[in-house]
Amino acid sequence: MNIFQSLGQSTLKALAKLGRSSLFFISLLMALGYTLKRPNLLIKQLYNVGVLTFWLICISGLFVGMVLGLQGVYTLSTFGAESSLGIMVAASLVRELGPVVSALLFAGRAGSALTAEVGLMKATEQLSGMEMMAIDPLKYIIAPRFFAGFISLPLLAALFSAIGIIGGHLAGVELLNVDAGAYWSQMQSSIDFYDDIVNGIIKSIIFAWLVSWIALFEGYDALPTSAGISRATTRTVVNSAFAILLFDFLLTALMFGAN
Amino acid sequence: MISIRNLTFSHGNRKIFDNISLDIMPHKITAIMGPSGTGKTTLLKLIGGQIKPDSGTILIDQENVHALSRNKLFTLRKKMGMLFQSGALLTDMSVYDNIAFPIREHTKLPESMIRTLVLMKLNAVGLRGARDLMPSELSGGMARRVAMARALALDPNMIMYDEPFTGQDPISLGILVKLIQTLNQTLDLTSIVVSHDVQETAEIADYIYLLSEGKIAGQGTPEELSHSKSAWVQQFMQAKADGPVPFHYPANDFTTDLLANTQQ
Repeated sequence: MNIFQSLGQSTLKALAKLGRSSLFFISLLMALGYTLKRPNLLIKQLYNVGVLTFWLICISGLFVGMVLGLQGVYTLSTFGAESSLGIMVAASLVRELGPVVSALLFAGRAGSALTAEVGLMKATEQLSGMEMMAIDPLKYIIAPRFFAGFISLPLLAALFSAIGIIGGHLAGVELLNVDAGAYWSQMQSSIDFYDDIVNGIIKSIIFAWLVSWIALFEGYDALPTSAGISRATTRTVVNSAFAILLFDFLLTALMFGAN
Repeated sequence: MISIRNLTFSHGNRKIFDNISLDIMPHKITAIMGPSGTGKTTLLKLIGGQIKPDSGTILIDQENVHALSRNKLFTLRKKMGMLFQSGALLTDMSVYDNIAFPIREHTKLPESMIRTLVLMKLNAVGLRGARDLMPSELSGGMARRVAMARALALDPNMIMYDEPFTGQDPISLGILVKLIQTLNQTLDLTSIVVSHDVQETAEIADYIYLLSEGKIAGQGTPEELSHSKSAWVQQFMQAKADGPVPFHYPANDFTTDLLANTQQ
């Protein structure tokens, strides 16, 4: 009996949380107008969320690309197909690794910071204080952060892919002497703008929505204690990672499964 | 000014307010007192419309707080100032910007006039010289005074203080007591002070409500309460360690408890 009881209880809890987070998301969408009217709030958050993640994305992108270059040459050379390195590096970055890895890094760097910041604002009564000053914290605090995340991540993902391709060039062409002309021309002829690049961008837009939503909701919904905030921050990273990987599978199946 | 009728509010399974009614008189200092955990802060949140009661009404100037639309509630809140226990200052802004914040958000006044207003508010709490400090550089007492200045920024009719005296050194305490009193008189405010510091509160309050276990355990002027015949009121007002509220948390008999180990 106890098993059923606790199963029911945790299901109800999860459903209630899903409901709260959906309402939270709807009120964020309603705050879009306010955010557009106050671009300085948005710009400040674009800096906090996006610009501060810039170097992390650049460096990670470079190394991921270089590893792809090395592994690619190693595998492809057994078939004598080193000249296809460009396609392999670019396709895996643009379709998968760019959106997914940058979203995971973004959740760790910016998402956890957002949760901790909002959670701490709640714990120190700053959010209540604003409400009592007749200023809606959802509009003033949460919405600019959400839209900043939503805008930054697709840009960061594109940057990740671009730098990764350069990294692949460094490892494959400069270090392992793959022909530079083949690297670029094969890439250019095989990577399709709609099938590969646009699909990758759609993925990163969806990940941006997921990560920003999870991070801000966890902060807003956190228990206002130090243990509560630390748990919320952990949940942001863990749940974002799950959500990113699950949605990546679903989206890949939808986008590329039919071919 | 504020009338609370048949208010009931529960948190989980615990009843915090059980059908209480009370009135807060305009232009007076009304104190809400009671032991920790009796929901004094919850009462302020209910008055401010941040949480909804299970039943009962709260009327502010004849308006039912919990029946208002969000916009009307926000308009009403501009007439209320609230001082949070932690101060609730925005940590990424200087003292000056914290006080200018509600004015900038709610009015279209030019920056020069905002400056005058902010300096007036800061001068009233004696912190005009601290305007460039960040909240993290303030002592607890100073943070509360800044929060007080911010609560007054929009010239409210009423102000609510949540535990203003908790954790203050004697000097800060004296300043806060004096400020609450002088601000109430000079600005003709309606003040509500939530506190469990009997001496300081009794000094400035015009009327006191004592809350205990969801009910009003006593009410009256400080003078009346100090002569109250209720044993509970006497224990609270004179800070006695034992009385109707026992020193011991309910437990088994001490001897049986101690011997429980040997009997196993």
